[in-house]
Amino acid sequence: MLLPKLSLRAFAIWQRNFLVWRKLAVPSLLGNLADPMIYLFGLGYGLGNLLPAQSALGGTTYLMFLASGTVCASTMNAASFEALYSAFSRMHVQKTWESIMNAPIALDDIVAGEMLWAASKATLSGCAILLIVALLGMIASPLALWALPVIFLTGLCFAALGLIVTALAPSYDFFMYYFTLVVTPMMMLCGVFFPTEQLPALVQTIAAELPLSHSIALARPLLLGKLPTDIFHHVFALIAIAALAFTIAINLARRRLLS
Amino acid sequence: MSPLTVADLRKSYGKNIVVAGIDFSLKPGECFGLLGPNGAGKTTTLRCCLGLTQADSGTIRLAGEPIPQRAREARMKIGVVPQFDNLDPDFSAAENLLIYGKYFGLEKSAIKRKIPLLLEFAGLAGKENAPIRSLSGGMKRRLTLARALVNDPELLILDEPTTGLDPQARHLIWDRLKRLLSQGKTILLTTHFMDEAERLCHRLAIMDSGRLIAEGSPRDLIREQIEPQVVEIYGEDAPAWAKREAIDHSKRIEVSGETAFCYTNDATELLRLAANNSNLRTLHRLANLEDVFIKLTGRELRD
Repeated sequence: MLLPKLSLRAFAIWQRNFLVWRKLAVPSLLGNLADPMIYLFGLGYGLGNLLPAQSALGGTTYLMFLASGTVCASTMNAASFEALYSAFSRMHVQKTWESIMNAPIALDDIVAGEMLWAASKATLSGCAILLIVALLGMIASPLALWALPVIFLTGLCFAALGLIVTALAPSYDFFMYYFTLVVTPMMMLCGVFFPTEQLPALVQTIAAELPLSHSIALARPLLLGKLPTDIFHHVFALIAIAALAFTIAINLARRRLLS
Repeated sequence: MSPLTVADLRKSYGKNIVVAGIDFSLKPGECFGLLGPNGAGKTTTLRCCLGLTQADSGTIRLAGEPIPQRAREARMKIGVVPQFDNLDPDFSAAENLLIYGKYFGLEKSAIKRKIPLLLEFAGLAGKENAPIRSLSGGMKRRLTLARALVNDPELLILDEPTTGLDPQARHLIWDRLKRLLSQGKTILLTTHFMDEAERLCHRLAIMDSGRLIAEGSPRDLIREQIEPQVVEIYGEDAPAWAKREAIDHSKRIEVSGETAFCYTNDATELLRLAANNSNLRTLHRLANLEDVFIKLTGRELRD
C-alpha cells in the first residue's frame, strides 16, 4: 500500500463540484434538511413526550438528546451519499475523473478533492441542522460552536469510508450493502436515538469504537453546554479512521483506474 | 527536441502481453499515426505515454519530461482527446472549457478570454450556454478538441478522433487538425481508418499484437509493402476463378467472401482475362494503405 501523493490541485476538483452544486444549492440543501428534520421533530416530540423521567438521558430532554444525534447522523448520511452516489457518477458513469486525469492532475488529487468536497457538503448539512436547533433555543452555550470542527471531522471520516466503497463498486446497487450493513447499524448502535447504555455490554464495547460514536461523544456534550470527556481519544480516533480510510480508498482507486 | 520518444515499451496484464516492446519517436510539427486493429495495444500505449498506466519496462519522454516520474508536468504541455467523449455533463459548453482550464491552473480571466476563440475554432460559436446533452456527436467531439487546446499544447494526442462520426463531421475534424498542423503543433493519433491516416499522417506505424510491424510515410509504406496495382474481382465464382486463372498474372491473391483481391505490377492481362468471363465484375485501382494494413494484419476479424 502506497501513501497518498497530494498537491494543491485537489482544490480544483473541490471547486468543480462546488460550481455544480451552486447551480442547485437551495433545493439540495432543503433536500438534505428535510429528512433529519422529520426524524428530529417526529421522534423528538412524538416519542419524547411519551418518555417519563429522563434520568437515562443525563438530565436533558429527549428532543435535545436527539438533536445532537441527528446533527452527527445527518452529517454521516450527507458525506456518505456524496462519496458514494455522486462520486461514483463522476468516476464511473460520466468519466469525469478520466477527463481530469488527462489534465495535469493526479488520481490522488481527485480522490482527495472528492473527500474534501463530500466533507464540506456534509458540514453544510450538519451546520444547517445545528442552526435550526439553535434557533429553536435547544443549544445551551457558545460551547456548541466547537461542534463545527467535530462535524467537519465526521464528514471527512465518512467521506473517506464512502470512497473506499465507491472504488470497489461495480454499480449503484452495491451501495445498498454499505447502507444496510454499515450506515444504518451505526444509526442504531452509536447513540443517535437512545443512549448506548441500553445495549448489551459486548455490543456497547464494539459500538464505542465506531466512528459515529466518537462523533456523538464529542458533539452531544458540546450541544448541552458541557466539555466532552476523553476529547483527545475521540478526535484522534476520527482522524485516524479518516486517514486510514483515505489511504485505502486511494490505493483501491489506483488499482481500478490506473492499472 | 522530440515531443515524444518511446523506447522498448512493454506492458502485460497477467499472461496477456498488450505491448511487446515498441519504439517510436515524434518529430516536431508532424502528424504521426498509430494504426492497428482493435486490441492491438494502441490505447494502452497512449495511456503509458500519459503516465496513466505503469509500463512494465521501457523509457518514455513526453514533452521533455520522463514518464511516469514527471507525468503531471508533461501533461501541462500537451492536449488529449480521448476515444470516448467525457465532457462534463454538469456544465455548459463554455463552462466545460473554463473548468478544464482550471485543472491546468490557468487564471479564470485568461481562460475566459480564450473561450470565444476556442469555440469559434470548434465551429461552436453561439453555443456557449448549450448543455452538453444538447450537442450532436460531432459537436461533442469538436468541443473535446477545443478543450484539449485550452492550455495551448505543443503536442496533441488523439485516440480515434473520428470513430462514430458521420462523414461531414469527420471532414470537419480533419480540417481542424490540418489547421493545427499548419500552426506548427505536433499530433499523435491512433486510428483504424486508413483514409484518415492517409489524409493526415506524415508518418505512421502499424501496430498489431503489441508490436510495431511497419513504419514510414503512407506513400513509402504502399511502395515498399505492396504491389502497386489491385484488381478486385467480384462474383459468385470469383475466388475459384481467381485461383485458377488469375494466379499466373498476379503476385498475390487474397480472398474475402465472394471477392478476390489480385495484387500485381501490371494488370493488363488480368483485366483482359476477366473481361472474357461475363459472371465477373472487376475494379481496377491503385494499391492503398488499406491493402498494406490488411496484408500486414490479416483479414480475420478482431474483437
